Amino acid sequence: MTEQIRCGVDDWVEVEGILLETADRSKNLPADTAAQPLRMWIKGFAQAEANVGEEMTVRTVTGRTVTGTLSAINPGYFHTFGKPIPELVHVGRDLRERLAAYRADGAGAGAAADEKAGA
Amino acid sequence: MASKFDEIMARRGEIMRRALGMDYSQFERSPIAFDYEAMMGDHGYSLAQIKEIQTKAGVGNTPLLELKNMTDLVRSISAPGMGARIFVKDEAANLAGAFKDRRASVSIHVAKEKGYEGVIAATSGNYGAAVSSQAARYGLKCIICQETFDSRHVGQPEIIEKSRICEAFGAEVIQMTVGPELFFHMVELLDQTGYFAASLYSSFGVSGIETLGLEVAGEMKALIGDYPTACVITHAGGGNTTGTARGLKCAGATGTQIVSASVDLSGLHMASDHDFNRKSFTTGHTGFGVPFATWPDRADVPRNAARPLRYIDRYLTVTQGEVFYVTEAMCKLEGLERGPAGNTAMTAAMSLARELPREATVVVQETEYTGAGKHHWAQLNFAREMGVEVRLGDPAENKPGTVIVIPERPEQIHANDFDLDRMRRSYIRNAVKAAPADYEPTEADIEFLAADTNTDSETAARLAHEAKEA
Repeated sequence: MTEQIRCGVDDWVEVEGILLETADRSKNLPADTAAQPLRMWIKGFAQAEANVGEEMTVRTVTGRTVTGTLSAINPGYFHTFGKPIPELVHVGRDLRERLAAYRADGAGAGAAADEKAGA
Repeated sequence: MASKFDEIMARRGEIMRRALGMDYSQFERSPIAFDYEAMMGDHGYSLAQIKEIQTKAGVGNTPLLELKNMTDLVRSISAPGMGARIFVKDEAANLAGAFKDRRASVSIHVAKEKGYEGVIAATSGNYGAAVSSQAARYGLKCIICQETFDSRHVGQPEIIEKSRICEAFGAEVIQMTVGPELFFHMVELLDQTGYFAASLYSSFGVSGIETLGLEVAGEMKALIGDYPTACVITHAGGGNTTGTARGLKCAGATGTQIVSASVDLSGLHMASDHDFNRKSFTTGHTGFGVPFATWPDRADVPRNAARPLRYIDRYLTVTQGEVFYVTEAMCKLEGLERGPAGNTAMTAAMSLARELPREATVVVQETEYTGAGKHHWAQLNFAREMGVEVRLGDPAENKPGTVIVIPERPEQIHANDFDLDRMRRSYIRNAVKAAPADYEPTEADIEFLAADTNTDSETAARLAHEAKEA
């Protein structure tokens, strides 16, 4: 599927802009952050047709108008869970085994046994 | 020439006064002291009224669950006769999935009553979801300012999920790159829109958490006939600790030990573009916990309602790897799949329960929702992509931003005590430094500092004197 590069009026889009240039930023920043401008992204309804990369204005859901560079059309969310973590996959099996062994051992009367005894 | 940043910050006091609908100057008593209880009570709502507001808002009355499997796991690794019973308050059952709904429900109720058209909050956490959800119910407009990306436009999956959920509730989300000027933009927007500042640190928000302490006390009394021995609280900005402790005390649970817990993120700079995506935790960590406890008034309100040093009996830190391990264990042993940051206190509770006798009880007072991105697997996969090593081993070798060490065995989980006296000293130094250089603290100031750090007057006087000399 090819990425849409031109939005129409009233399309749901995202614009990007610079809130503070490096010279205007707080003086209290570590060097790596101070070297970068403070940027922002905001979504809204396109007020005119535009191509990705062009300057345009959106009306946000609160009704504000914000001008920036068109950065995405109908932007989505693609965060996931990802693959299981190999260092964690054994945790459930190991802990269930431990619990079973502890409860099987008469000396280790656990919470479940407390309950049976009416504690 | 003054920068745009300086211009807005210079007008900050006046903008915030209108946006909070509250004049904080009436509570000031001196360059050091203010009347904390008068500020907390100024909104005029009783705890019963707050409870009513929350019930109508779909907030509170969350299940209190006994974790018998976690308890037995702890007992299996404890000395004979040791291993306290562990309980959890499943705060993920709140409307937007976290205890933060308690804070937001009161703030948004106040905003509606005072006639504001909308609300604004600066948050990258669950509070954004809570404010957005409550604003939707009350028919108010909502803007969330969020620190989302590093300068390469890469964001932690957990924060991307927070953007999504806020937008799902109809909020306007302003996603920004790293930097404390998030608050500058919030103030600029408050000025521009005339909206209400739904600060995390107002008395409205913190009072909203008192019901959580009240519920913990009442439900434990009903369930086991007594208040909990200890209540373990995931600690970031300090509101959770402050509100819960106040609620417990209000209910009469004055003997319950207040234990705050944070993920140790020492060595990482909270405003660093490079470190931003190497934290693996977005909240509940020492990067908020320590600076906010030692100087609460750094917040976006003139006087912070979250003053945790007043209430903390112990402050425990745990490692990233330990929390991810416990989050996985909670899924497999208790059928509770919840967000990792909310399990910070659970991790500390496992360690604490080992030190306590079997008759003792430990309540972990929150969980948070989980889902794509906001999940321990997502956070660990992302950490690897950012070049952080993830391996099995002794969690004592965990190094934030460099290596996350997942415990091999539950015996390796061990919370560390953070030195509270060091925090008290640091707080008093900050309070004295904030006053004019020629100002001499009065007796009333010393009383205030003692109360604000939960210490005696002699200690407060000595620390204030040391701070003046330094």
